[in-house]
Amino acid sequence: MKLITAIIKPFKLEEVKDALAAIGVEGMTVTEVKGFGRQKGHTEIYRGSEYTVDFLPKVKVELAVIDDLAGKAIDAIVKSAKTGKIGDGKIFVQPLEEIIRIRTDERGETAI
Amino acid sequence: MLRNYFSLRSILLTLGVAAVACCAIAADAPAPSAEERLAALEAYVTNGDPGKALTGVAGPGHNAWMMTSTALVLFMTLPGLALFYGGLVRSKNVLSVLAQCLGIAGFVTILWWAFGYSLVFGKSFAEGGGFLGSVLGGTEFLFLRNVGSAPNTDYAFWTSHNVFAMYQMMFAIITPALIVGAIAERMKFSAILVFVGLWMVFIYFPLAHMVWGVTGLMNGVWNADASIRAIDFAGGTVVHMSSGWSALILCLILGPRIGFMKEKMAPHSMVLCMVGTGMLWVGWYGFNAGSALAADGIAANAFMTTTIAAAVASFVWPMIEWITRGHPSILGFCSGAVAGLVVITPATGFVDVSGAVIIGILAGAVPYFACTKLKGWLKYDDALDTFGVHAVGGTMGALVTGFLATSSVNANLTGSYATKNGLAGLVTNGGLWIEQLKAMGLTVAMAIIGTIAIAYFVKATIGLRAAPDVERQGLDLSEHGEEGYIY
Repeated sequence: MKLITAIIKPFKLEEVKDALAAIGVEGMTVTEVKGFGRQKGHTEIYRGSEYTVDFLPKVKVELAVIDDLAGKAIDAIVKSAKTGKIGDGKIFVQPLEEIIRIRTDERGETAI
Repeated sequence: MLRNYFSLRSILLTLGVAAVACCAIAADAPAPSAEERLAALEAYVTNGDPGKALTGVAGPGHNAWMMTSTALVLFMTLPGLALFYGGLVRSKNVLSVLAQCLGIAGFVTILWWAFGYSLVFGKSFAEGGGFLGSVLGGTEFLFLRNVGSAPNTDYAFWTSHNVFAMYQMMFAIITPALIVGAIAERMKFSAILVFVGLWMVFIYFPLAHMVWGVTGLMNGVWNADASIRAIDFAGGTVVHMSSGWSALILCLILGPRIGFMKEKMAPHSMVLCMVGTGMLWVGWYGFNAGSALAADGIAANAFMTTTIAAAVASFVWPMIEWITRGHPSILGFCSGAVAGLVVITPATGFVDVSGAVIIGILAGAVPYFACTKLKGWLKYDDALDTFGVHAVGGTMGALVTGFLATSSVNANLTGSYATKNGLAGLVTNGGLWIEQLKAMGLTVAMAIIGTIAIAYFVKATIGLRAAPDVERQGLDLSEHGEEGYIY
């Protein structure tokens, strides 16, 4: 099992969600986050005051998948979240030790 | 039906009794002739002296406009200015700004009722001559005694005295509230109240009397004995210069906010700021057109010049931003609109529409320079730019009024008082700007000297600033026990 964490541009969320649903991903968790990478921040000017804003708004998508599906899920995210411009985000993939469905206490792949 | 019949009968009876009572009073003096009654009605239409036929009667149309204007000027402070300023501070201080505006509204009202109105618009100090009457009013209206629904014809032939008193009170409320912009996010609430109380007594009340009181030193239009023949239609000197210059001095004495020029202090809500700006603009019609103190042609001209100047300035400011910095900002539109309204204020009832366009362009450019460049060079922490907009704009407006005022839109500029004191000649032949400079000099001197004295007094007694940890946490929670936003 793999935990896939994708940091994407906020306006790409719908496309990413649909692309993942299309390959059979049944659940995900989405968080509004702030951060920066190579894109860096931007400058805001209020009358005479200039402020550099380092952290840009992004969306973090987290999903758990069985090993066989991980490659397809990553491809789907890359394809749907890409604009080709700087700031498209990153995908982190980690091995996942255990999953528990709280309602039934199911464990492992059946709990995904 | 029967009930209607009886109520109609009772009304007719009441009218009959009133008519009898009326005749009984009129029996003492000869009844006004038909000509006199007609002349009184004509005077109502032209905002002139009603003569004896309608003495003591308020004109319904003029009164309606002045009550509307009064509410509009209150609306400028609550919630207009409160939101304009409130949106520009950080979210941890939004309530402190609202509290300051609300606190000033209540506190100044009490001062106005007790003695403020009398000190500004009374004239008992002028009896028997002497200097005092030219700088302060009198004692006859203390606690708003003798302020009833009959007009005070020293100021308005057709507006009720009590409406006039409330209208002028709204100016007394917004003026100290403007100062809040410079000292936002760090001054103690208690210190603000004490400062404002003293500032009203020593700066606003004398200044308002000098400019608008019939015995005032600088009232060129209505005081035949004015020694400075200056003009100020709606408060360029009294409201904007006094608050703006005092704001600069107070923010210098107070010192900058913790983290100024190091931390991000961006506005927390440009949306609130824009909403407040719109309210200020709408309310300003009461402020400027209402300053005619009647629903007459001068008010109509003021309505137009106010609109044109505000619109032009609200466009020029962001266009300069767009050209020089790449973006036309919402704060640019808002700042331009307010600057246009500030600069047109002293001129609004004295200039024509071409004058208003010139004023709009200047208002979009000069305060822009003050807020973006001057402030950066001098490094004073005028948090929300009260100085840059109100002092710079008000000062420029007072001077420009001296060049652009024309009797073609306001015959009072060459009226009998103005002819007697020489203002009429200055308006016709030029030179009014020198009188304007004198009034501006006196206003700036009073604001600076008065504010230094009052600020150091408050600093020495209860202190001016909130404690550093209070300031870091935000004034909302520590001074008012509330939070602006609970998510």
